Amino acid sequence: MSWTRKHLLDIESLSATELTTLLDTAKAFKAVGERAIKKVPALRGKTVVNLFIEPSTRTRISFELAAMRLSADVINFSAEASSFKKGETLKDTARNLEALNADVIIIRHAASGAPHFLSRVVSSNIINAGDGAHEHPTQALLDTFTVRERKGKIAGLNVTILGDILYSRVARSNIWALTKLGAKVTLCGPSTLVPRVFEQMGCRVTHNVDEAIADADVINLLRIQHERQRKAMFPSLAEYTNLFGLTKARFARTKPDALIMHPGPINRGVEIDSDVADCDRSVILEQVTNGLAVRMATLFLVCGGRGPQEIAG
Amino acid sequence: MPPKPVSLLNATALQRALVRIAHEIAERNEAGADVVLVGIQQGGVHLARRLAQTLAGIWNQTVLVGTLDVAMHRDDLAGRIPPAVHPTEIPFDLNGKTVVLVDDVLFTGRTVRAALDALLDLGRPKRIQLAVLIDRGHRELPIKADFVGKNTPTSSQERIDVQLSEEGGEDAVTIMKL
Repeated sequence: MSWTRKHLLDIESLSATELTTLLDTAKAFKAVGERAIKKVPALRGKTVVNLFIEPSTRTRISFELAAMRLSADVINFSAEASSFKKGETLKDTARNLEALNADVIIIRHAASGAPHFLSRVVSSNIINAGDGAHEHPTQALLDTFTVRERKGKIAGLNVTILGDILYSRVARSNIWALTKLGAKVTLCGPSTLVPRVFEQMGCRVTHNVDEAIADADVINLLRIQHERQRKAMFPSLAEYTNLFGLTKARFARTKPDALIMHPGPINRGVEIDSDVADCDRSVILEQVTNGLAVRMATLFLVCGGRGPQEIAG
Repeated sequence: MPPKPVSLLNATALQRALVRIAHEIAERNEAGADVVLVGIQQGGVHLARRLAQTLAGIWNQTVLVGTLDVAMHRDDLAGRIPPAVHPTEIPFDLNGKTVVLVDDVLFTGRTVRAALDALLDLGRPKRIQLAVLIDRGHRELPIKADFVGKNTPTSSQERIDVQLSEEGGEDAVTIMKL
């Protein structure tokens, strides 16, 4: 047990021990969600602000429910309805939230490093819910949690991340978490979306999907973000499916116990065949459940003080 | 000079205290059919298992044991490093049962307060009793144990360590000046 951080800004700066502490804590919080009374008083009286400058539904709802299950009060702050439209800076918005005595600010922002910036200008605890193409720490934690729960370990596993990796904060955070915990990570996708430069993060890069999935214990599919000008990156969605989609034929060639993961929302028939998404090796909905547990654990840990560890009974 | 731990209970005395507590539990709860033991993580878990074993011998029936973690129900999260959260495992229905909560040392009473809240989230027991190996005083809440292995007046500058053979080594309770 070792956790002394006030913020969760990225996975890159965490040690393997800290990652394990987070995963172990999440395990206990997952059990809370399975009870008749799904609420514990750990954060009673705390105020949690969801500051989502970039649109998101599932991550925001997951954080919102996590905070509620810890008995915190939650307010949601979205870009469309906020003073950003009126020209207020991020710093001023955060200072206003701080003036309302917000204990925790959960931020999603299109700019990489926005959470780190906030952690320097306000005294609240900051949690990164996705910053640009940089990191999405709680997504990596829930993916790692799901793998560990299903496989019993992380070290030594072959994990293939397949898809739109270039601008993916999910991929970056996952690469950090998995390699720190001893997994071997392979990245695969069109060469325009999976450049060789990722080899510097300790991954294997291949553009041959059959090779990438052959000995994978886990296949994590990333969505083609076609809203982000992907037209220039490959000829068509149909061609992407032909070359890199997890079709029934390719699925049949994976290891018989390989897990199929996807952070959602899935594009059925594009990166993943519809039946494959619903098969018993697909853990896509478990990821959603585990996301709640991981976010409860994150809120719980960053809200801890820096006093003595010992519990006086 | 570093402070030296002084023995409060040796292995024999500790075992004797547990057997006495078990008999007191049996005396207070005659039938025993609806009595379950719940050990508070981490100090109470092994003690609850040992008490259940002795009680099973007295009543000639199995006695159910659960474990309860109170980290999520404490009121002092902001004041210290987040505590390790251990699993709560109560694989039986608490409704209508007599629950004997078990912990190693009763001090301020705040752990027991948190345990009561945690337990009531899991069901509605008929009654809850409290068994502790050591009562060291200094209560901050109106909480009292039903069964006590040893009452030990202490100063708040002292620390009590309970070592159990399940964790390796010998059973021993020691007290030490900080």
